[in-house]
Amino acid sequence: MSETSFSDAAAGNGAATEAMVDVRSVRRTFQRGRTPVPVLKDLTLRMEKGEFLALMGPSGSGKSTLLNLIAGLDRPTGGEVIVGGSEIHRLSERKLAGWRARNIGFVFQFSNLLGALSAERNVAVPLLLTSFSARERRRRVDIALEIVGLSDRGKHRPRELSGGEQQRVGIARALVNDPMLLVCDEPTGDLDRATSGEILDLLVALNRDHGKTILMVTHDPVAAERASRTLHLEDGRLADCGHDGTVVVPVHEPAGAAV
Amino acid sequence: MRLGSFLRQCQAVTRYNLETIWERRAVSVVAIFGIAGVVGVMVAVLSMAAGFRSVVTGQARDDVAVVLRSGSTGESDSILNHQDIQVLWEAPGVARGPDGPLVSPELFVIIDRKKIGAGTDANVPLRGVETAGFALREQFEIVEGRNFEPGRNEVIVGDGAAGAFEGLLVGDRIDVGRTSWEVVGRFTAGGGVAESEIWTDTRVLQAMYQRGNSWNVALVRLRDAEAFEGFEAALTDDPRVSLGARRQTAYMAAQSEPIEVFISVVGWIIVVMMSAGAVFAALNTMYAAVSSRSREIATLRALGFSRLPVVVSVMIESLVFGLIGAAAGGAASWFLFDGFRAATINWASFSQVAFAFEVTPELLVQGTTLALVIGTIGGFLPAVGAARRSVVGALREQ
Repeated sequence: MSETSFSDAAAGNGAATEAMVDVRSVRRTFQRGRTPVPVLKDLTLRMEKGEFLALMGPSGSGKSTLLNLIAGLDRPTGGEVIVGGSEIHRLSERKLAGWRARNIGFVFQFSNLLGALSAERNVAVPLLLTSFSARERRRRVDIALEIVGLSDRGKHRPRELSGGEQQRVGIARALVNDPMLLVCDEPTGDLDRATSGEILDLLVALNRDHGKTILMVTHDPVAAERASRTLHLEDGRLADCGHDGTVVVPVHEPAGAAV
Repeated sequence: MRLGSFLRQCQAVTRYNLETIWERRAVSVVAIFGIAGVVGVMVAVLSMAAGFRSVVTGQARDDVAVVLRSGSTGESDSILNHQDIQVLWEAPGVARGPDGPLVSPELFVIIDRKKIGAGTDANVPLRGVETAGFALREQFEIVEGRNFEPGRNEVIVGDGAAGAFEGLLVGDRIDVGRTSWEVVGRFTAGGGVAESEIWTDTRVLQAMYQRGNSWNVALVRLRDAEAFEGFEAALTDDPRVSLGARRQTAYMAAQSEPIEVFISVVGWIIVVMMSAGAVFAALNTMYAAVSSRSREIATLRALGFSRLPVVVSVMIESLVFGLIGAAAGGAASWFLFDGFRAATINWASFSQVAFAFEVTPELLVQGTTLALVIGTIGGFLPAVGAARRSVVGALREQ
């Protein structure tokens, strides 16, 4: 099988034409005891289809919280989160779970593979939520493993794989449902520099060659440089411009439309 | 969530949980061992009650009536005279054999024998029977030696009594008062309570105990089970006698009830206390199981799995522990106790009944049910806890 894509959707070139993520005046406040702790403060962000966007910022700036909201893992205290045209802030928790299964591919910092399962069974886990035939599942697992370059490692368990290979399996798992958005939470945070480079190469290729829209949270400026755009969060607000020079939102000013 | 999707999710999460049990075997064993202990003790104790019931009631029949003096509760406090027996011979519904009506008047006394092993004295029934007595116990069979000869000081000993008490083997002599009896045979009676007794000729026993022409009880074979009502009514209405008749099945069930209830109550008290311990062991195991997988569960939920399949899968895992425990406990009690012979006093007759523990399928089902209840309680709180955990929080754990 020489396929390296799940559908006929053409590989993207990173061109920004359609909003994939539209975050409008979002607030997220947590309760610490009786004290409300605002983490995201009236934040507005737009991300185009086909973009590879990096979110940077110091610990506690709210970048992971923002990623969780966009990925449908959390719901905002106020404001709107529209992803792929769906107003996900309105979805019940149950519907949100189904929405995530269909639309979001997760890449975690620690790969979060299920230790007792082989690589290919790990990759197949999201397919258990679909009605695909066993044959189609098999096909998709093969394609996903091929894309991440691990076709020959499918039978291995996570502990038999290197850190970089584990993260590749995690990426294959994120791809297998052909999601419209890949969210990556510190995908290289647990890897050495060389392995980080390989994972970032893979993400760039997924964006460039397979048209995947990618949202990546990272502490690492080297990683952020590989994205097509970088946004900085500080104290719950977007702080400045990305490395491509595009001004996003002025610091501490009321949120407006992103570029 | 559609049913198909829900079932697929349950299957996937459950399968994963079960595949990882071996990796968590050390903590899993605690729960399984606890449940196995409870099931084993429960089955063992109740198999004692079942074995006792089986011996006392097993050979009882609906078409046999037990006739006692009116108002008597057992053979020991009943007395029947010759006129009573004559009335029984003529009563309606009585079956007839080649030698006449199938009425077996029997004399019942208690003698002391030492229990094998314990060495303590115990009451053993010595029963005087006539020809009809054998006809009424169709499964009676001499398995060693021969039957006693009427008019001689000879006895035959039930198989259970021979194994439970000293000096009751064929060829032994039993000294009671100034009389010496020779054991000439050993018999079985289909595993019934008769096997705990010593039998001899009624006339010899009457003479020895100076009972004249009296008996304690009469067993009467009826034409069929339906004949009982007419037979009983005839006895009640007959002004010449003061007799009470009960079906043998009802009479024997009443005889076994006090011991059965005692064993069951004591057994269940032990079982309930042990169950509480097993529940805590199961809770501990399942909390540990869930805790060790909290990030994996959170990952599954991030990928789109719902809460309910997580709850279901943890519950199933706990129930699997219950089933393994039930199998282990049931098997252990079956190997150790099924057929284990014992003797205890029957409070209804103040005499010893030899019986074997009986691990019945019903008891194993009961044991399994109890194990599943423990598994359900032990799994529920950890399951709900796992499902209620914040996905975002659990994902951050390393």
